[in-house]
Amino acid sequence: MSTTTASDANRKAPAGERVADWADGRLGIYSLAKANMRKIFPDHWSFMLGEICLYSFLIIILTGVYLTLFFHPSMNEIEYHGSYVPMHGIRMTEAYASTLDISFDVRGGLLIRQIHHWAAVVFLAGMFVHMMRVFFTGAFRKPREINWLFGFLLFVLGMFTGFTGYSLPDDLLSGTGVRFTQGAILSMPIVGTYISMFLFGGEFPGHDIIARFYSIHILLLPGIMLGLVVAHLILVFYHKHTQFPGPGRTNKNVVGMPLLPVYMAKAGGFFFLVFGVIAVISALFTINPIWTMGPYRPDQVSTGAQPDWYMGFAEGLVRVMPGWEINLWGHTLVLGVLIPLVVFGVMLAAIALYPFIESWITGDKREHHLLDRPRNAPTRTALGVAWVTAYMIMLVGGGNDIFATHFHLSINSITWFVRIFFFLGPVIAFIVTKRICLGLQRRDKDKVLHGRESGIIKRLPHGEFVEIHEPLSQAQLHALTAHEQYTPAEIGPSVDENGVERKPSRTEKLRAKLSKGYYGEGNQIPKASVEEYKEITSGHGHH
Amino acid sequence: MSSQEISKESLPSEQDTAHGTAVAENPFADPGLPPHRPRIQDIDERAAKRSERTVALLFTLSMLATIGFIASFVIFPVDKIVYVWPLGHVSATNLSLGLTLGLALFCIGAGAVHWARTLMSDEEVADDRHAIEATPDVKAKVMADFADGARESAIGRRPLIRNTMFGALAMVPLSGVVLLRELGPLPEKKLFHTGWAKGKQLINMNTNEPLRPEDVAVGSLTFAKPQGLEEDDHDFSNKIAKDALMIVRIQPEDIKDKRELEWSHEGIVAFSKICTHVGCPISLYEQQTHHVLCPCHQSTFDLSDGARVIFGPAGHPLPQLRIGVNDKGFLEALGDFDEPVGPAFWERG
Repeated sequence: MSTTTASDANRKAPAGERVADWADGRLGIYSLAKANMRKIFPDHWSFMLGEICLYSFLIIILTGVYLTLFFHPSMNEIEYHGSYVPMHGIRMTEAYASTLDISFDVRGGLLIRQIHHWAAVVFLAGMFVHMMRVFFTGAFRKPREINWLFGFLLFVLGMFTGFTGYSLPDDLLSGTGVRFTQGAILSMPIVGTYISMFLFGGEFPGHDIIARFYSIHILLLPGIMLGLVVAHLILVFYHKHTQFPGPGRTNKNVVGMPLLPVYMAKAGGFFFLVFGVIAVISALFTINPIWTMGPYRPDQVSTGAQPDWYMGFAEGLVRVMPGWEINLWGHTLVLGVLIPLVVFGVMLAAIALYPFIESWITGDKREHHLLDRPRNAPTRTALGVAWVTAYMIMLVGGGNDIFATHFHLSINSITWFVRIFFFLGPVIAFIVTKRICLGLQRRDKDKVLHGRESGIIKRLPHGEFVEIHEPLSQAQLHALTAHEQYTPAEIGPSVDENGVERKPSRTEKLRAKLSKGYYGEGNQIPKASVEEYKEITSGHGHH
Repeated sequence: MSSQEISKESLPSEQDTAHGTAVAENPFADPGLPPHRPRIQDIDERAAKRSERTVALLFTLSMLATIGFIASFVIFPVDKIVYVWPLGHVSATNLSLGLTLGLALFCIGAGAVHWARTLMSDEEVADDRHAIEATPDVKAKVMADFADGARESAIGRRPLIRNTMFGALAMVPLSGVVLLRELGPLPEKKLFHTGWAKGKQLINMNTNEPLRPEDVAVGSLTFAKPQGLEEDDHDFSNKIAKDALMIVRIQPEDIKDKRELEWSHEGIVAFSKICTHVGCPISLYEQQTHHVLCPCHQSTFDLSDGARVIFGPAGHPLPQLRIGVNDKGFLEALGDFDEPVGPAFWERG
């Protein structure tokens, strides 16, 4: 283009191309488009879970900006005289009053508030399920460990952004949640009272917390999250998407449809689908009706107080923990609150660290772009299910009052159930999941070696009935045998190269033990080998 | 460009020639991408036309829904309530705006996805992956460049510069930390005191009148605040967060704790309403057993036994306020709580 004269270009190139030329001269967009416009994305339903998160995040930002136009993050007390009659004459903070105004006086305000809150619930749920997808299929393995961490941070920050967000209206329910947070902060040894005083600008509740949560909720956390989302997406592009094994799909290629047009239409359209569904949900189902709760007062509370679901497991930990307190040398160690806080952190940290733990156990330094079917990694799958079980048990603990009233159960027995099954449940889940995985592996092997059960029963001349097994196609055989199986790591030789006796280090022993737990005998079913297949299909004894 | 990057061995045509031998050698070998199966729209133009009309219809529906959204916005007053089965009485604006917006958005999405699924090419293609790691010569070049840069900066040769720079960079964030000191006051002994003091009358929270012993019936639960604390006080919230009081009357012979009986007035006992777990106000009272339950985390206290914790996560009993009757016959405090109210903390001791 640069060699032709300007008038030449003006006459020949259509307007769109001229704009693109202009931009390319300044931004270099053609090189960018060359690499990405026809980029291949594999297709699988589970790959859209991450998209749900991305789109609900965008919806949250759009609606959140709108809400800031009307919300007053102030704790100044006023007497309410707006259009919601039941609250007339009641003292409340401007934060609560402006939330009532958004709900009752701004046309469409309630809708946007509800879309904002529903989208937040969907965002967190989406991230939870998306992370499960990535975990159970092994998509976190090299080279994607960093992206796993980015996603993990988004999940954790999302929880706290959600918490600071639903605390802003300063209603009775959310104020109780803030009080709970302050009580939890106080339990921290040495620094607890200081952090509480600094966070609240003095004693609870003070006059600052709403304004401070506001700046954390609309600026600090979403700012960090936006950066993380961009980094997450850049890495997805850069690494190229993972894919399930199958005919034509190898660790060295990526099979699917090009970004332009198919993926752009599908993914772009999916944004509107997510937004549309959330808008309809918000039209039909009330979320967080703050006008039924009344303004926050530290001496009042409602029964059945529940946080948003994603905080439920932290709530459960706090509810079921026995009230241990240690008083020593004039100080109090509030274990009853501190231990739940620590367990909360440890459970989250376990997610963050898992990819590094697994790669240490396998010692595998190669890149992995082909996904595992969950059954083919029984120990990993079982660990994941055990974690989810512990999480779900704690959700029950967090809602013990709701479970008690709805199922007419004793709250004490629910609490004891949660206390016991927080430890027992994951063990049972681990064992059961592993059994199921191994069973499915056996079935796969059986299918490979003996074919698919056709459902056709044949009567042999001597009267015996047999079911006819159809051999699998080569594509199916390949898909069922494409996964790699590790052999357990051995402890190195007990004698070094000079013949001197060498004591294996403790970490070496631990690694060998874990590796055996993952890949040892009985912890995975050896996949069908070509020899086995040939022996069986070569004729004799096959029905 | 993608055609150049397709890995040759996974292409169906390439694989087909090698098919026979591959199976003989290895029945599990990758047969390559399966051949593309045309959809009805690929071979029947009428079906493609139908798809086109469906997509256009969806996009048109979206436009109509947006017009509906604007119409609803104009037509319905913000406080209009309508009855819609099975939802009940709902806000007309919220329902109409939400449904029209949802439809307008959903139809765009449905149209785009239907377009992609039925009319755009659905032929799967393969792209090569590039190794994430750099090749050894790229790495060698980078290391050499870095060594050059480091040498030219002389950072290794002039440790004085390096060490002072690290020192300065490590210290400069301290300014930011110091500024955070202004976020709030130091805890000092603030959490140890409440608004209660000797001679302060117990004011009924509901009637705003001083309480007499005869106002407190057996089996009732009364909430009180200290005399002089008003709802429109600037720091009412901070005060009531510590001062809130819970008063019940128990038959003196039913009180098991000796000190509790001593600190009561004829069986009228006053306890902090703020849970010792994480600070929720306790509000559920069981008359028969004299148990109170915190509705947040279900800590249960026995008010007839020094507010001992009998269930739940609270770590210590509710603090009791020592009360008596003044010469006018009103209930009054005989001092502040003798321990901090609310959640436990490190300095509590």
